[in-house]
Amino acid sequence: MHLAYPAVLAALLFCTGLYGVLARRNAILVLMSVELMLNAVNLNLVAFDVWLRDALHAGQALTLFTIAIAAAEIGIGLAIVLMVYRNRGTSDVDRLRDTAEGHEPAANNQSEVTA
Amino acid sequence: MSPAATLAAAATTGPGFLSPTGVEIAFVLVGLATLGAALVTVTTKQLVHAALWLVVALGGIAVEYLLLTAEFIAWVQVLIYLGSVVVLLLFGLMLTKAPIGRSPDADSGNRWIALGVAVVAAASLVWVVVDAFRTTWIDLDGPVQGSTKVSGEILFQHWVLPFEALSVLLLAALIGAIVLSRRNDPADASDKGQR
Repeated sequence: MHLAYPAVLAALLFCTGLYGVLARRNAILVLMSVELMLNAVNLNLVAFDVWLRDALHAGQALTLFTIAIAAAEIGIGLAIVLMVYRNRGTSDVDRLRDTAEGHEPAANNQSEVTA
Repeated sequence: MSPAATLAAAATTGPGFLSPTGVEIAFVLVGLATLGAALVTVTTKQLVHAALWLVVALGGIAVEYLLLTAEFIAWVQVLIYLGSVVVLLLFGLMLTKAPIGRSPDADSGNRWIALGVAVVAAASLVWVVVDAFRTTWIDLDGPVQGSTKVSGEILFQHWVLPFEALSVLLLAALIGAIVLSRRNDPADASDKGQR
């Protein structure tokens, strides 16, 4: 198989996830896009491992580790999102601007700030 | 294997773009389906549909792993991602009371900037990758490289220490998730009310 096929597919999937991370408003959709990016990297790792015929199979081992770390990440991320939702009543990432500089933390002027 | 030997092997076998093998055709078709599902995932305005299209994208990636002869990782992908991560995401959507129908504010205001960044990144990455690996072929024949036997041997011979460290990480993530999502006790609700 031509190596360019999995490499190009991984690059396109990564950029799809990049768009999702930047453009989505709901925090859980942002987490889904992060999962897409991680999967693109995993596909790259597996393809290059199979191409190089590594004796240690470092690519496949690292893919398994990435999958486990992604599972931990999604658990912690969802716990944080749920906690933010319980405290704030929203899970939109562009309304959580308390640590931004130069903006009032009040809730009523967020619409014109983000518009 | 040295890159020179790989290049020589590719030059001798030398299949071209105009005579794709069956595996390549299957890979491209599944890849198109995966990419389409991923695009729908990041653009749809129905939040639950985004999670369901994510199942299609992740399942397509599992099929790509199978085509790359990495069987064990393909089944791990099916178990972990399709089995648990998507279910977790659906639970998260339900617990944050995500709207079932179309939500017009699913995309934030900077989506055009995001689209520009993604298109520029995709163009540059695809150009670099195609330019670098134009004459490189993966040899999928020979001994299988990703079966459960091979993966188990390398994982428990050469990667034992990272494996154990990863189990500690998973335990820490478990405890952290429990601590984060636990409701506060009624005892410290009083001083929370004073804040």
